[in-house]
Amino acid sequence: MIRLCTVVMAVWSALAVLSAHAVIETYEFSSPELQERYQSLSAELRCPKCQNQNIADSNAPIAQDLRRLLYEQLEKGSSDQEILDYMVARYGEFVRYRPSFDSATAALWLAPIVLLLGGFGLLILTVRRRSGAVALDSLSASEKDQLRSLVDAAEKEV
Amino acid sequence: MAPRLKLFAPLLIFALLALLLFRGLSLDPREMPSALIDKPLPEFELFSLGGQRTLTREDVTGQVSLFNVWATWCVSCRVEHPYLQQLADAGVPIVGVNYKDEDAAALQWLQDLGNPYTVNIADRDGTLGLDLGVYGAPETYVVDADGVIRYRHVGVVDERVWRSILEPIVLELTASEVN
Repeated sequence: MIRLCTVVMAVWSALAVLSAHAVIETYEFSSPELQERYQSLSAELRCPKCQNQNIADSNAPIAQDLRRLLYEQLEKGSSDQEILDYMVARYGEFVRYRPSFDSATAALWLAPIVLLLGGFGLLILTVRRRSGAVALDSLSASEKDQLRSLVDAAEKEV
Repeated sequence: MAPRLKLFAPLLIFALLALLLFRGLSLDPREMPSALIDKPLPEFELFSLGGQRTLTREDVTGQVSLFNVWATWCVSCRVEHPYLQQLADAGVPIVGVNYKDEDAAALQWLQDLGNPYTVNIADRDGTLGLDLGVYGAPETYVVDADGVIRYRHVGVVDERVWRSILEPIVLELTASEVN
């Protein structure tokens, strides 16, 4: 049984490795630093054709073109910002997974913070109200007397 | 009374969500405005299809026209081809951008199916396509007389698209050109 498991695991990981490298062409970079920037930029740029993939993962022809372009620009010495600007000028803010902050993307950037704060606010309100409901202070004087006599009676029985 | 009303909160939230999601059903995520709307057509220097002469931006602008990005490997381009021919026959100037294609195959296509284009730009390496922000053929741009891009349509141009979207834009641009 253990042996079977090992075999299955091995096949599984082999498949995973295959699929992870299926898309990627090999580019020879002149420095490891460029290679690193290539990886991070291609993970951040979105494929315009297959909208929920970045260009690193996509096999669409347009993604291949953009990867080649990215490689050429990196080797040419462009900065990250220059490359992003170049892409945005042609494909719009859409092409970035982290679009710049402006009036169109404000809701996108701020919504998580607003929702989180709102959630905390609701949480605090609810907790306060609940703890208030069971506080002893909310008993009137006669109710307190009644409670005390009940407790005394119970203690006597013990 | 207030706690009673509170019982309706989930229903309200549901109704709001349902409205939002229903609206989402009729939105097409592929309908993205081009980043080049109201910007001039990019500069280029490419051969005409067949390779006899070099074309630049100035050669293909000067009147309101459609720019149609097409290729022989693009199945939808074959679908829209008869309708483009119809438009061309009706006098609509259409400039072809033959995108990442082989000249021989493209010329054969035009010979077999007819040529709706006033001129064809051979964008063999897709450089003009890249500057235009093309992400797949077919795409059709409305370019005004000054060579400024006014609209982009992604996908097949058919009677419905022409009548409801492209024709009004073309007519308006032509009218403002005359004035």
